[in-house]
Amino acid sequence: MSLAAPPPVLSARGQRKEYGTGEGLVRAVDGVDLDVGAGETVAITGPSGCGKSTLLHLLGGLDRPSGGEVRLNGRRIDDLGEKALARVRRTEVAYVFQSFHLLEELTAVENVELPALLAGRSPRSARRRALDLLDRLGLAGRARHLPSALSGGQRQRVAVARALSNEPLAVLADEPTGNLDSAATADVLRLFAELRDAGQTLVIVTHDPRVAAAADRAFSMRDGVLAGESGPAGPACGRLAGAEG
Amino acid sequence: MGRVLLVIRLALRDLRRRRAETALLMLTIVAATTTLTLGLVLRDAAAEPYQSTRAATRGPDVVAVSGRPAGLERLAGVSGVTGHSGPYPVLAGRVEASGRAADVQIQGRDATIAAVDQPRVRHGRWIGEGGVVLEAAFAAWLKVGAGDTVSLNGRPFTVAGVAVTAASPPHPRASCVVAAGCVHGAVPAGRDLPATLLRDPGLAWLTRADVRALAPDPGSLSYVMNLKLAHPDQAQAFADRHGGPGSHGGPGGADGAVSLQTWQGILADATELARDSQILLMTGAWLLGLLAVAGLSVLVGGRLADQSRRIGLLKAVGATPGLVAAVLLAGYLLPAVVASAAGLVIGTLTAPLLTEPSAGLVGAAGAAPPGWSTVALVTAAALGVAAVAATVPAVRGARSSTVSALADAPRPPRRTGGLIAFSARLPVPLLLALRLAARRPGRAVLGVAGVAVTVSGLYVLLVLHAFLDGRPGAEAYTAAQAGVLRHVLLVWTVILLCLAAVNALVLTWAMVLDNRHASALARALGATPREMTLALAAAQVLPALAGAVLGVFPGGWALFTAITVVTGGDGGSAPLPGPGRLLVLVGATVLAVAALTTVPAGLGARRPLTTTL
Repeated sequence: MSLAAPPPVLSARGQRKEYGTGEGLVRAVDGVDLDVGAGETVAITGPSGCGKSTLLHLLGGLDRPSGGEVRLNGRRIDDLGEKALARVRRTEVAYVFQSFHLLEELTAVENVELPALLAGRSPRSARRRALDLLDRLGLAGRARHLPSALSGGQRQRVAVARALSNEPLAVLADEPTGNLDSAATADVLRLFAELRDAGQTLVIVTHDPRVAAAADRAFSMRDGVLAGESGPAGPACGRLAGAEG
Repeated sequence: MGRVLLVIRLALRDLRRRRAETALLMLTIVAATTTLTLGLVLRDAAAEPYQSTRAATRGPDVVAVSGRPAGLERLAGVSGVTGHSGPYPVLAGRVEASGRAADVQIQGRDATIAAVDQPRVRHGRWIGEGGVVLEAAFAAWLKVGAGDTVSLNGRPFTVAGVAVTAASPPHPRASCVVAAGCVHGAVPAGRDLPATLLRDPGLAWLTRADVRALAPDPGSLSYVMNLKLAHPDQAQAFADRHGGPGSHGGPGGADGAVSLQTWQGILADATELARDSQILLMTGAWLLGLLAVAGLSVLVGGRLADQSRRIGLLKAVGATPGLVAAVLLAGYLLPAVVASAAGLVIGTLTAPLLTEPSAGLVGAAGAAPPGWSTVALVTAAALGVAAVAATVPAVRGARSSTVSALADAPRPPRRTGGLIAFSARLPVPLLLALRLAARRPGRAVLGVAGVAVTVSGLYVLLVLHAFLDGRPGAEAYTAAQAGVLRHVLLVWTVILLCLAAVNALVLTWAMVLDNRHASALARALGATPREMTLALAAAQVLPALAGAVLGVFPGGWALFTAITVVTGGDGGSAPLPGPGRLLVLVGATVLAVAALTTVPAGLGARRPLTTTL
């Protein structure tokens, strides 16, 4: 009953991203359609350079598409100005990066509270929320540690905590286990499973089949095109590029 | 040799790749070396016309003055004296012409050419009955020329001509050769001087007969004699041996005591203004040198941070740390050499514009090229500035691990816990600004120092301008001299402000580059481009505010005190800027830094996020 289905949290239509011109034209993302429902975990897999990360950047407004549109909670965001996009990133979508991107001079709790401070929360409530998140992610004892004193898995958990700081509608993770050993990967996978169980919408770009396997739906991407859904069956709100769902 | 060529080739390639940075580097060094060259060349340049005049007029090595001619005639026979002229009678008088009046020393001369001191007539002819010849600078001040009429002690004389001499510095620094005594420059308030003293007297020549006719009695005359020595360089020793008390230019008394003035003393008086200009320019050169080091340190630090991958590649293909350091250093020393040459040329060509119009001397100032010592000093200063700024970063870069250099690993930022906690309470732009500034405290210190140096210079410029604008003591200079000093101050101001502006831009751009990752991350977490622009600009403005305050006190005050001590001036006679002007200075500095940094900060804050993250 597609009519009764709730509107997708994230919706991309005809997403294109091109670099260069003429013979040097590269289509990093070439006409991708994708819908992500609330509380859904979607994985996008594919070889290096196929356009996965670019697509993720387009979905969250980190980059601007050459064509197509992106809607977040029904609101079109691809045509927003930089200021409005910054507000979207502040409260509605959050990123988790492969290389964590923690500020080295800030402690774990200072890193986690930063988005809340940028959103204008009081220092006290930002700190309370950050400590709470770190506690939930099993890092209460590491809150005052600098990133250099944390393991890879711990750093990525801090990055996830930071992403959750402003309770975003969707968390977009770019190769979240790409820099981790297998133990840390397992750790992060458990964390994502917990987030999914808690109803957090997740879009994960990954090479790791274990991550893809844990998703509600997994798409394979090749040459800028979503080539096929490869994950477990789920609500049919994802579409192959150019195919009817 | 091959190694040297390789180093130069690699350095040149890198310079060509980074043209904008190389241009900034050279601009910074050119500014400092131009000012240094001006300071060094100016003294020699100003001395040149006096030397030409001395040669052209067969100038004396020693000028002897006494109240009686007998004491002087004795000197003509002293060992070491090879020629003389005089003694000539001199009368203290008053000249009036073109509505102007001044004290004057009237020397009685022969119509024939003397053996020593042959004043060169520039316009008109030499003296004759009823005709007066005026010293050229004095005539220019009086605004009279050949054919005009002047009044000497109330008696009219026709100006036969105007002439230059090396026996006395040009007006208003003419040597005092009258028994009444003279005073030059401003008279400090409250000092009671004898009414008979001549004030800034000029020099005029009449026939001996006319001088005697003007003198109320023979006792009012003093006498002057010009001596040529076998060893002109030992004129001071001669003066010490044969002169009485006050043999350094004071007039001989009526009792027959002899005072002697050497040609070196006359030269020093003739070039006094140049000496003051030189002190100002050398002070400016020091300030600019400090600014250059501050600016270059940032430039070099930022550039080397950007070069870590290149360093890794060089090391990966077998370059030793020594070779890498040499390549990096050569990248700064080569432009420094070129910039020092440019500074030498610009400074040498500009120097004549900053010397007094020498109506009282023969020849143009600044015609001589700089000496080898000047060239060596300026080049060494340029290399020194570049080496001081580049050596530590270059050695640090060369000693970095090849793997981390290849990975382009950034230098870890500094953590300042207290500041981070404090900044959490501030609005987003200030929160980010404080945290960005705190990541590189060394750079913030350089920013503070650069602005403090600039504001110190501006403080001194304010004081000196006020001094020259006719407030107490400004009469120490004539209008022409004040004009020359204003030119010097203008050059100083322009170069100082240009270099300060370049520094502000370089500092901001270095901060933008160094923090591009942190900035991109902050934007990815929700900071708007405007907040980021404000943060990057504020990260410069906050140190600028501290620097401006420190530049006023103690910076400016200490610099002015130092200049006063070096010049032997009376610091108390210069009006110091009031609190209102100082507030305007601090405010204007902060606004200027804000305006300058907004553009690079805005460019940095609008960089695409995905290329950085």
